[in-house]
Amino acid sequence: MTDRNMALAQLEPGEEAIIEFIDVNKWYGDFHVLKNINFSIKKGERIVVCGPSGSGKSTMTRCINRLEEHQKGIISVDGVEMNDNLKNIEAIRKDVGMVFQHFNLFPHLSILENLTLAPIWVRKTPKKEAEEMAMHYLERVKIANQALKYPGQLSGGQQQRVAIARGLCMQPRIMLFDEPTSALDPEMIKEVLDVMIQLAEEGMTMVCVTHEMGFAKTVADRVVFMDAGEIVEANKPHEFFDNPQHDRTQMFLSQILNH
Amino acid sequence: MAIEFKPSPSLPPPVNSVGALAWLRQNLLSSPLNVFLTLFSLYVLYLLVPPIIEWGVINATFSGDTKAACTGGGACWAFIGVYFEQFMYGLYPSEETWRINLSLILLVLLVGAFAIKTINKLYLSLAIILVYPVVAYFLFAGGVFGLTVVETSLWGGLFLTTLLGVVGIVASFPLGVLLALGRRSDMPVAKSVCVVFIETIRAVPLITILFMASVMIPLFLPDGMNFNKLMRVLIGITLFSAAYMAEVIRGGLQAIPKGQYEAADAMGLTYWQSMILVILPQALKLVIPGIVNTFIGLFKDTTLVYIVGMFDLLGRIQAANHDANWLGTTVEGYAFAGFVYWIICFGMSRYSMAIERKLETGHKRN
Repeated sequence: MTDRNMALAQLEPGEEAIIEFIDVNKWYGDFHVLKNINFSIKKGERIVVCGPSGSGKSTMTRCINRLEEHQKGIISVDGVEMNDNLKNIEAIRKDVGMVFQHFNLFPHLSILENLTLAPIWVRKTPKKEAEEMAMHYLERVKIANQALKYPGQLSGGQQQRVAIARGLCMQPRIMLFDEPTSALDPEMIKEVLDVMIQLAEEGMTMVCVTHEMGFAKTVADRVVFMDAGEIVEANKPHEFFDNPQHDRTQMFLSQILNH
Repeated sequence: MAIEFKPSPSLPPPVNSVGALAWLRQNLLSSPLNVFLTLFSLYVLYLLVPPIIEWGVINATFSGDTKAACTGGGACWAFIGVYFEQFMYGLYPSEETWRINLSLILLVLLVGAFAIKTINKLYLSLAIILVYPVVAYFLFAGGVFGLTVVETSLWGGLFLTTLLGVVGIVASFPLGVLLALGRRSDMPVAKSVCVVFIETIRAVPLITILFMASVMIPLFLPDGMNFNKLMRVLIGITLFSAAYMAEVIRGGLQAIPKGQYEAADAMGLTYWQSMILVILPQALKLVIPGIVNTFIGLFKDTTLVYIVGMFDLLGRIQAANHDANWLGTTVEGYAFAGFVYWIICFGMSRYSMAIERKLETGHKRN
């Protein structure tokens, strides 16, 4: 089977892939960080990526909007191949929202300005319209009363919810989450997960790197387990948790579920 | 039934930790060594301050037209009074100095207009950066609207110092930003051009650059093609401080976490959008102390133009010291120069602190 067919084999007939990895390889210097990644994600699918640190799960996710470059293979997003063409990359980034582990809000801008920056400058939305939309999304993440504060004045959980709202303001077709709860205090994880669950229920295409297995069980359509730069196993959550196929997956699950 | 948790009320701090007496105790008399240092400093002040006041104020002569008027044995400030116009305007014709004053008033009004809330700040900035310099140039140089031409060789004194300083600051800042961005660029050509420029300029003393600008460049230019010495010196000063500015700004760029660059990229901002909207506002704010440091250095370095035959404030004072009618007034001249430079540089430093406070958005982690 060719690589492309392998990637497509994960889809039902007639389904269109929105993100496609075909034989993707990436190296940091000599270190082979992604090895022969073949994977397709269809529209509206919720993918949870898990695995030990250094397994390449963040790197793989960051390749989707080309924050990381891959050296071999094909990644296409929404039918556009990610390569050195800057115009393509910028066009795809408009449609792919991203939420980071450390929020990465812009500290010199107010919450409202953080949300309206990209709509105004990238989408050329009129300022008033962008502000209305920003307030709408701030209300959805239950933080509208903080709109005029600065990021430094909010708690970690609040900042991460602002970061999600910031991603949504671009009305993306895909949302990427790179360990969105790993830097949060335990008391704040739930408020962020609630927002993400709500988003998942609305049918957003999501790729989420996380260690929150409860979240994976609740919302994921498929759970991807990575180790040493490879996708070891990808399966529906109940199959994945109740009946893991690989020894490595079993070991990982036993370690994170029975601690 | 669960016990309700009530936080304990906050108490005021102990009495002896606030107030003037506590301040004295904590800051001046906290240990035997500090007591000694406090007393020693008081003694040094006692030795220095009274004689200076005696010389500069009590025994000083403030008015008079000749050296003969200075009989008190103290400072002869009459010297400053007589030469004041030269110190301010150089040899600029007396009847035309209103043009310099007018341009200064215009600048103050334009900058002051930022305080008006209803005014469009973008247009105002453009007016200051693009329109004002042209207006000011024609006011200074003349030749239009019936204004008499004043050769740049007559420009001098504090006017010349300010002109060199302000033009150097305003022109070197954007150039420094571009050089800093270039040095961190992924494009090999842009990067090496910036690195070579910065390293070359920084390896050469300002005096060398001024000599090059005023003496060497005219030798290389073909006959008949020559441009004004003031212009050449201005370009030299600008390039010199741009190289220093670039390194200060690069420090700021490096201090911005990678996540900020990534967040800006991930939103689809272009390179210039992410630099102008996200990275530079944060980086420049971080290095305000370094930027102002460079500005103050540049302002004082403008005194070096004396070496290539331009008479700025210090040059005018030195020239006046050679006046046979006023021999022995060197100290007064230098004291005056020091005072003027101190006022201006101290003002810049306080202004930068005010800007820092204004831009504070509370994201500092303590």
